Amino acid sequence: MTFFKVRELSKKYGFNYAIKDISFELEQGEFFTLIGPSGAGKTTLLRLIDLLEPPTTGEIEYNGWSLNSLTKKQKVTARREMGFVFQNPICFNVTVKANVEYGLTLRGLSQDEIDEKVNRAINMVGLHGFEERKASTLSGGEIQRVALARTLATEPNLLLLDEATANLDPSNVALIENAIQKINRERGVTVIMATHNFFQAKRLGDSVGFMLDGEMIEIGTADQIFNNPSDNRTEAFISGEMIY
Amino acid sequence: MMVFFEALVEALYLIFSLDSEVWGIMLLSLRVSGTATFLAACCGIPLGMFLGLRVYVGKRIINNLVNTFMGLPPVVIGLFVFLAISRSGPMGFLGLLYTPTAMIIAQWILATPIVTGITMAAVRSVHGKYRDTAISLGASEWQLWVTILKEARISILAGICVAFGQAISEVGAIMIVGGNIRFSTRAMTTAIVLQTRMGLFGMAIALGLILIVLAFLVNLIFTMLQEGGEIVR
Repeated sequence: MTFFKVRELSKKYGFNYAIKDISFELEQGEFFTLIGPSGAGKTTLLRLIDLLEPPTTGEIEYNGWSLNSLTKKQKVTARREMGFVFQNPICFNVTVKANVEYGLTLRGLSQDEIDEKVNRAINMVGLHGFEERKASTLSGGEIQRVALARTLATEPNLLLLDEATANLDPSNVALIENAIQKINRERGVTVIMATHNFFQAKRLGDSVGFMLDGEMIEIGTADQIFNNPSDNRTEAFISGEMIY
Repeated sequence: MMVFFEALVEALYLIFSLDSEVWGIMLLSLRVSGTATFLAACCGIPLGMFLGLRVYVGKRIINNLVNTFMGLPPVVIGLFVFLAISRSGPMGFLGLLYTPTAMIIAQWILATPIVTGITMAAVRSVHGKYRDTAISLGASEWQLWVTILKEARISILAGICVAFGQAISEVGAIMIVGGNIRFSTRAMTTAIVLQTRMGLFGMAIALGLILIVLAFLVNLIFTMLQEGGEIVR
């Protein structure tokens, strides 16, 4: 059974389509990277998958469970299976530890369980020693790492990353990529990662999707997309010819 | 100039000799305004959250109404409360006219829109900022509201301080519904008005000084809470 499926998904704001007729399928543990210029619809697609907004048309299926027309309570349950790291994440006005604990507290876990998961997540993103720091004193890169730790602590089965390493320096990018790869390989977490960074998409993705103007132009293995794209627009984008 | 200094000396004497009338007036003011502000917070915070976070028909009109009520003149509130609780009014049977309870009702009506309006604006701005983060991490609607309340706490506290400041410094409404009766409904502001008219500047200055100190203390507490809110969880 396919783990995750999107069928003819569209989202319209007013008269304009932000995304149009997008369909793809992912197996459990697959690492899918999404590339495309700004405004291609990558963020909208991730927001629809995380049920932050309803689609105009189309269907999302997760682990054999249709995510369309869920009750409010079912949406909360479905969202707790997923984790979303935003492009410009926001920290709550509390300590780093309290931020990372947030999702676990919502799930009503015991303090011992919370402490264990928080420590693991904080170490994963290299924030050990930052636990008692106030979030308001952190740099952009540190906030991004707190946001990632906060999401990883909840141990999602489907991880959605929207330019999750955009604010980081190269050493931290490597640290975060390793952390994501580790949970992808060891825990079989399915990952959908939107990125502007071709090398990252190629390095991490089992499969890669190229989006343009709200449409999924092409999906294939990293090798196919980067070395032998079947669509001219993909080729133009990869080669840097496409001016956007 | 001599009159002023004589009055000032008398005022300090009244304060530091713990004059029972001066301290009685101060305690009544604190009791009336404190109770009114507490009740306003109990009603205004949930109402402000509901109006700020829920989508409903006529939201813009409700916003304008709340904003209008935030600036309602106290004498107008006093007039309507007077008409409601006077013997021939709809609530006249309760016998509340010229009692501290009547003063609390008037100040509660004055303070509630202030707490509501400030809460409404605060939760709206916090909601826009934190909504996606909270719900993507698995917050239910109720948990989202609690998160927003926590994040907006400093602004809401500011609203409560403003409401208390408005209540304790207000004259018109409590003068009308309280009647400024000595040892019963005479609050600091109404006493200052009366004593000044009677030329008894000593007590007026004493009460004025206490009012200023109270305003300072309220601000100090607010600042401490604000700093505390930044540090603690």
